[in-house]
Amino acid sequence: MGPKPRLLSILDSIALVLFVIAVGMVFFYAPTEAVMGQVQRVFYFHVATAWVGMLGFMAAGVAGIAYLRTSNRRWDIVSLAAVEISLVFFFVAIIMGSIWARPAWGTWWTWEPRLTTATIVELVYAAYLLLRQGIEDPDRRARFGAVYTLLGFISVPLTFVAIRLFRTIHPVVFGAGDAQAQGDFNMTPRMFQTMMFSVLTFSLIFASLLWHRIRQGALAEKVEQLRLRFTQ
Amino acid sequence: MTRLRAERAPFKTRQASPAAAFLRAVSAVVWKDLAAELRSRELVSAMLVFALLVILIFNFALELNVKARSEVSAGVLWVTFAFAGTLGLNRSMASEKDRGCLDGLLLTPVDRSAIYFGKAIGNLIFMLGVEAIVLPLFTILYSINLFHPGLILVTFLGSVGYIAIGTLLASMAVQTRTRDILLPILLFPLAIPVLVAAVKASAGYLASSPMSEIAPWLNLIIAYDIIFIAVAFMVFDYIVEE
Repeated sequence: MGPKPRLLSILDSIALVLFVIAVGMVFFYAPTEAVMGQVQRVFYFHVATAWVGMLGFMAAGVAGIAYLRTSNRRWDIVSLAAVEISLVFFFVAIIMGSIWARPAWGTWWTWEPRLTTATIVELVYAAYLLLRQGIEDPDRRARFGAVYTLLGFISVPLTFVAIRLFRTIHPVVFGAGDAQAQGDFNMTPRMFQTMMFSVLTFSLIFASLLWHRIRQGALAEKVEQLRLRFTQ
Repeated sequence: MTRLRAERAPFKTRQASPAAAFLRAVSAVVWKDLAAELRSRELVSAMLVFALLVILIFNFALELNVKARSEVSAGVLWVTFAFAGTLGLNRSMASEKDRGCLDGLLLTPVDRSAIYFGKAIGNLIFMLGVEAIVLPLFTILYSINLFHPGLILVTFLGSVGYIAIGTLLASMAVQTRTRDILLPILLFPLAIPVLVAAVKASAGYLASSPMSEIAPWLNLIIAYDIIFIAVAFMVFDYIVEE
């Protein structure tokens, strides 16, 4: 483990600067939505954090498959890092959604497909962490973790389909809106730019955090190996 | 492990074609589980008593009067099956682990997936056995007719999917420190699609809904079954690898 790579420092700085700009855009650049008012501004970071949550989930699944194929422990560290980060971001997305849903839907929470799926994704992540906690042998922990992320990766879309067969009231931002959707709105170009900028910003924040967490995971593994060497 | 496989191969081909040998290995594992169960009768009896207790609790929790019954019966049934199934899955794998049988099984010169299928079919038989007793009892206790061919089909297909992933996760859970408490936590979030679909399809049959309303749920159960049997077949090797 060398010193902090130059590229990572640059990535950190860029992510920070973009984040400040994104906050500025959300509050000053994007117009106030006519019907919902100020609370609609929560939408930009809501979409961005939810996107990062899904991105991490997919990254964990892919890293899990890569681990099973190569047995290279690095992939296990990537998988764990992606899950941990996404767990937090997805939770933030759910909280922001709640803040928006209260005035828009008149309720903090509703058993709508995307909300329910998001909750189940969080539970899958939590189960993954509990599973890892219960295993001492690092190789087995990595193998089981990889299998579980793979299973989650397959099951979550099916869950979404299953719950989608019920009716939905969540606004569909992309594509045709559902007649049942409440709180739907047409985006102005400025709104769209702000949203895409937020998504980009959070993707970079995710990449930066992931890199940090992978470095930390590699260090943790080194410590574990050192401890094993000196205690046995 | 590939080396071990290479050594096993002549042993298998000496007797019969690989497919026949595989089937024989699977049936040997199933038979072993059935024989053990016939002698001890601890698994199915525990599942059954537990299932009845769950139904009893629901009776008070939901005040299952005539009107409520027709609406929530399917849900009550599947929660009961899921809980009893978890109990059985845990016990079935824990007994393998406790007495060191799993290591013995893994040493046998057969493909690892034969062990998975053997255990899964054994678990499925136990679960179906429990369901075969719970369904008529539920019919008598709540005077709601559950003997609909469609409902029995859904019960079978739903149990297949639940057991397919449950057996896989149970073999994972028994190898961890937290064991029994871990299985439901691992299993329920992943089993939600099959449980939701099974509840909806069962409710559809009970309410005599048109087939066009039930078909999507039935398709989802079948898709789930096929996907998870295939995935379990592919990843079981990684779970029992030593």
